[in-house]
Amino acid sequence: MPTLETELYRGGRFVADDAVYVADGEPLPANALALVSKKRYLAEREVLDAWQGRLGLALETADTLDGLEGTLDRFATIVLRFARYADGRPYSLAHRLRHRLGYRGELRAAGDVLQDQIVFMLRGGFDALEIAHAGTRAALRANRIVVVPTRGTAPVVQSLAAAE
Amino acid sequence: MYRYDQFDRSFVAARVAEFRDQVQRRLSGELTEDQFKPLRLMNGVYLQLHAYMLRIAIPYGVLSGRQLRKLAHIGRVYDRSSGHFTTRQNLQFNWVRLADIPDILSELAEVEMHAIQTSGNCIRNVTADHFAGAAADETVDPRPYAELLRQWSSLHPEFTFLPRKFKLAVTGAAVDRAAIQVHDIGLEVKRNERGEIGFAVYVGGGQGRTPMIAKKLRDFLPERDLLAYCEAILRVYNLEGRRDNKYKARIKILVHEKGLEEIAASVEAEFAARPVATANLGEAEIARIAAYFAPPKFASLPARSSVLDAAQAKDSALQRFVARNVSAHKAPGYGVVTVSLKPIGGIPGDATSDQMDALADIAERWSFDELRVSHAQNIVLPHVRLDDLPQVHAALAAAGLATPNDGLVTDIIACPGLDYCALANARSIPVAQEISQRFADLDRQNAIGELKLKISGCINACGHHHVGHIGILGVDRQGEEFYQITLGGAEGADCAIGELVGPGFAADKITDAVETLVETYLKLRRDPGERFLDAYRRVGLGPFQEALYADA
Ligand code: SF4
Repeated sequence: MPTLETELYRGGRFVADDAVYVADGEPLPANALALVSKKRYLAEREVLDAWQGRLGLALETADTLDGLEGTLDRFATIVLRFARYADGRPYSLAHRLRHRLGYRGELRAAGDVLQDQIVFMLRGGFDALEIAHAGTRAALRANRIVVVPTRGTAPVVQSLAAAE
Repeated sequence: MYRYDQFDRSFVAARVAEFRDQVQRRLSGELTEDQFKPLRLMNGVYLQLHAYMLRIAIPYGVLSGRQLRKLAHIGRVYDRSSGHFTTRQNLQFNWVRLADIPDILSELAEVEMHAIQTSGNCIRNVTADHFAGAAADETVDPRPYAELLRQWSSLHPEFTFLPRKFKLAVTGAAVDRAAIQVHDIGLEVKRNERGEIGFAVYVGGGQGRTPMIAKKLRDFLPERDLLAYCEAILRVYNLEGRRDNKYKARIKILVHEKGLEEIAASVEAEFAARPVATANLGEAEIARIAAYFAPPKFASLPARSSVLDAAQAKDSALQRFVARNVSAHKAPGYGVVTVSLKPIGGIPGDATSDQMDALADIAERWSFDELRVSHAQNIVLPHVRLDDLPQVHAALAAAGLATPNDGLVTDIIACPGLDYCALANARSIPVAQEISQRFADLDRQNAIGELKLKISGCINACGHHHVGHIGILGVDRQGEEFYQITLGGAEGADCAIGELVGPGFAADKITDAVETLVETYLKLRRDPGERFLDAYRRVGLGPFQEALYADA
């Protein structure tokens, strides 16, 4: 379970979120979005695929996508954790999920999600940000994130403008 | 040259605003130095031994007179009336105040410049042949491709937090003046039998503590695939490059550890899976960028200039200068002028604000308003009429910029070393100055001929010592500055890493050691046409070791 309180930012605003990180071996919750590790998913794939509840995949920064081919539509969300914001692997995982594995569902950034990297995350294909850092949440609420424009990436500007 | 479009302008303006906010948060204490560090590094702000340093990007080394005049002005107002040109075609100001930096960045934005991505683990300033668009031996002008790569890599959302910094270099001539084989990605633009444009793609070269010569991934990558292919390389590197040890994090280590075949397979698989619709470079886009680099309107002139011939006959200083510092131009009647920033006893790469102004004037008047910064820390006037050379030479001489030593032993590359750099083991600048003074005699320099001497103050190798014909590396020996010598390095198409000649030398012995090497070479060379490097390759380390350590 995450020890820090987090809030979910999506589509330009903070939204309610019922996602729960479920530790390996723990039972799945009945009325929440259950986030499981890659290890657990691969080990219990048949059971999890048959399960009726909402399921999400929580990938760590160092996880690869090996073994996940063809299964991604099962997930309501895929969470990519930034162990440190300076470790940029999740950006490339996000790209591969979208463009090589054809995943079209929600991509969620978690972990070290900070004010000065948010624009990269949104441009890099993340739809939702799980934010623990209080200063970053305040900056988003006050619309204090400077949006550096980029060639051909309107969605960022839209999603931040929507927060006004 | 490339001119900012509306996008570039708003991009840079927003970045300045963003950094102003970050500096404010730092100065108010809201951000600690630890939190601020990666943010300032994204904007080219380093903390050196004595002050903050600002590194300004000069994309592929190309400057206009107006831009250089702005740099002169910034030097005068915010620094000590000078600036330092680096081996990556950039400019550093060594004595700026943090509180002034947002203003400096605003001033730079006025002339379409910035300091973005001149540090940090991102794609750094793309470098290119400093004779691009001018050299007689050029096949294809590399600048449009360097510009496309610059735009593509600017704040690339996926590649801003790589395992380590990442450097690209592009050349368009068979004589590689951009040292592409010691870059993370090196590109040679060329044409195939059908006249189509493509790229030889090299990967995994680099210097630092583990110097490596790049390996060739593709011999002829079609022009349209340039960005998609680079993207595939970067993605493989971003995911697989080592992050456990900063000294093993460059792509050269990944290529070395996994082997070329495995890397090539990963890159090709990634490339094959690209979303085709978005990845191809359109012909229209290439043409649009190339138009910015259309050649200036050269006059049709005879290949020889009688004006220059007559002036040289009367002026031996001009004659020396032309013989040494002027290279063949693709247009008859023009020359490419290298302006040495290596006066005898000077600091390699330094130029005063007054000199920058003088260069801006000269470029505007006699070189179609174009200047280049070379990775050898010199300035290039790419398009000078041979008829104008006597006047250009006189104007350079008046500014103290007519040193006729391009490619000679005093044309030394040196990193800032312990005089500025927090990472240094030893000083580089005083060593360069002493060697320069020892070999001040121009007749002697010319008799020695081409000799590339490069000095780094630590194993990070910013002074490119690994690829110097003579390389000097500062090391720390029990608290004392010591200097190791390598021989036989080269950075062009015949790229080689220098070999360590033996035990190092104390600061007061290193100039003597260099002199011994030079004298040894003079004695053993077959004829004056056999350069130091050629002679070394023929005889190897042996005779040089004997001469250096005879008394030991
Ligand atoms: S080579 Fe070392 S001493 Fe020289 S500038 Fe680079 S890091 Fe500093």
